[in-house]
Amino acid sequence: MKLVYFIEIQMKVLVAVKRVVDYKVQIRVKSDNSGVETQNVKMSVNPPDENAIEEAVKLKEQGIATETIAISIGEDKCQDVLRTSMAMGIDRSILVKSQNSLEPLAVAKTLKKIIEKEKPDLVLMGKQAIDDDSNQTGQILSALLNWPQGCFISSLKIEDKKVLISREVDEGIEKLETSLPAVLTCDLRLNTPRFASLPNIMKAKKKPLEAIEIETLDIDIEPKIKTLKVIDPPTRKAGVMVKDVKELVQKLKNEAKVI
Amino acid sequence: MAVLVIAEHDNQVLKTSTLNTITAAQKINNEVHLIILGKDIQTLSDTSKSIHLISKVLKCDNEKLENFLPEILAPIIVKTALSYSHVIAPASTFGKNLLPRISALLDTTQVSDIIGIENENTFIRPIYAGNAISHVQTNQEINLLTIRPSSFEKCENSGGEATLEEIPFIDSEAKTHFVSKEVSKSDRPELGSARIVVSGGRGLENSDNFKLLYDLADKLNAAVGASRAAVDSGYIGNEYQVGQTGKMVAPELYIAVGISGAIQHLAGMKESKVIVAINKDLEAPIFNVADYGLSSDLFQAIPEIIKELDLLNQIDS
Ligand SMILES: Cc1cc2nc3c(=O)[nH]c(=O)nc-3n(C[C@H](O)[C@H](O)[C@H](O)COP(=O)(O)OP(=O)(O)OC[C@H]3O[C@@H](n4cnc5c(N)ncnc54)[C@H](O)[C@@H]3O)c2cc1C
Ligand SMILES: Nc1ncnc2c1ncn2[C@@H]1O[C@H](COP(=O)(O)O)[C@@H](O)[C@H]1O
Repeated sequence: MKLVYFIEIQMKVLVAVKRVVDYKVQIRVKSDNSGVETQNVKMSVNPPDENAIEEAVKLKEQGIATETIAISIGEDKCQDVLRTSMAMGIDRSILVKSQNSLEPLAVAKTLKKIIEKEKPDLVLMGKQAIDDDSNQTGQILSALLNWPQGCFISSLKIEDKKVLISREVDEGIEKLETSLPAVLTCDLRLNTPRFASLPNIMKAKKKPLEAIEIETLDIDIEPKIKTLKVIDPPTRKAGVMVKDVKELVQKLKNEAKVI
Repeated sequence: MAVLVIAEHDNQVLKTSTLNTITAAQKINNEVHLIILGKDIQTLSDTSKSIHLISKVLKCDNEKLENFLPEILAPIIVKTALSYSHVIAPASTFGKNLLPRISALLDTTQVSDIIGIENENTFIRPIYAGNAISHVQTNQEINLLTIRPSSFEKCENSGGEATLEEIPFIDSEAKTHFVSKEVSKSDRPELGSARIVVSGGRGLENSDNFKLLYDLADKLNAAVGASRAAVDSGYIGNEYQVGQTGKMVAPELYIAVGISGAIQHLAGMKESKVIVAINKDLEAPIFNVADYGLSSDLFQAIPEIIKELDLLNQIDS
């Protein structure tokens, strides 16, 4: 009798998706200065997280990834960004329910708990959430897991177990080589996220979405930073229109005295 | 306890962002120490001793530190950080990449991208691309902060007499390896600290047309910047992008050419002292923040401005 052994290569990708006020919305500061109004405003997937979703789905299509999972931490309504992720092609999702919004450190600790259970080979996230503009969570997670860190990436190539990335840095582009498992944070230039087609939106409704209460994870999510107040930014005083280039240059020289 | 500033540098000279960060540190405590990690940094550390306001320079010199991989830097800084009340880095891609790792290792929440300091515990930072300003308080054993360089003056580079101390290298066996860095070379001033910035957007239509902008920049001894749309379209490199997901600038004069003024772009430049907008669309939102607006075709306006500037120079000389 002949025995055939199949070695199945598994490559799981986990994508962290935050639900944020849509980037087109003109936000309003609450009148009691406790924060920004998020009730009754359009909410969406945090833009660079869409790039992370797109990259994960592409890896699956290329036969590199075998399973893609999206995870969001927040209120019940985060289900909608998870459904969007699945409509874009993610296989299944996890919602970690939390009433309060969490600091990046707490988000990273939550992700770590889920990662210990799901054991993905790659974690993709956005480089920055466009609400708090913290730009921390991926870096923290990578340190907590003691996995390689690749931040602000604009290209990704995975060959065998080798990971090649380009990072957008202040001086230009930096190229790094690393290995799996790894945590990578995506820039908007990594790819062009696809639109979810109507049939895929319908299909996504049937994909599995598991909900977990954050309390069951037994982590410290107490905020360490206190928001004293949130206020409107100072407005600039109205400027003037100049009629031509001559007037512009004269004003810059004699009035503003900047040239 | 003293405040520790993490130096950003290229193994030869300090970046201006380090000098801005030192100014911010001074607002918290008079005693500021500077930690420099890199390769062959003897000269750099020696010259840093004379930075005004610095009382101690800590140096860690090892070939493995050459490319500033955060996996290697973080554990070394963490060990030193334990004797400081605050650890501060610039909110540049260097600082953003590094400090959160330290936050993880110290189990401490970091405050990102600070634009103002009220006292040692209270900080001001923009959220939602600068459309709201948040005042936050942190009272942790070690407070980790990144500061926005353009919001703080740079400190004097001379007059100080700091002591120099060597700190041991800790090897972390990083799994990440540096391959290469494509750095754009230019004789123009650095975008983050230039006195004048000339920025171009999608209105420039292609990379060849950006030469127009370079000519204008050279006349004004200005840095060149760009909108995300211009970078995405390949007119210019990513290192020139100004905005929420690019660089933050606050020059004395910012000239936006063919840029519509999306909030994500404004986030990176609306603290500029004087803003000029050149756009053929009178309805473009950039005019709402401009001190001087010129509604005109840029392909006509820019050559004219260059001509006017030449005339001025002739009169002046
Ligand atoms: C999450 C997120 C983050 C972002 N981050 C950034 C960021 O950091 N920086 C950034 O810039 N953008 C950012 N963006 C993109 C931003 O929303 C805008 O799409 C972008 O700033 C538009 O660039 P633009 O003004 O060059 O192009 P457009 O909006 O297309 O404007 C071009 C302008 O040029 C004018 N024009 C055209 N031809 C001429 C001519 N011949 N003469 C004069 N005027 C002319 C037009 O009237 C128009 O106003 C971000 C977007 C998202 C979603
Ligand atoms: N509540 C959350 N749920 C899921 N992912 C998150 C959450 N908060 C942050 N992230 C991820 O972390 C990235 C960076 O966020 P930040 O550090 O807050 O700027 C985001 O782009 C997301 O990928």
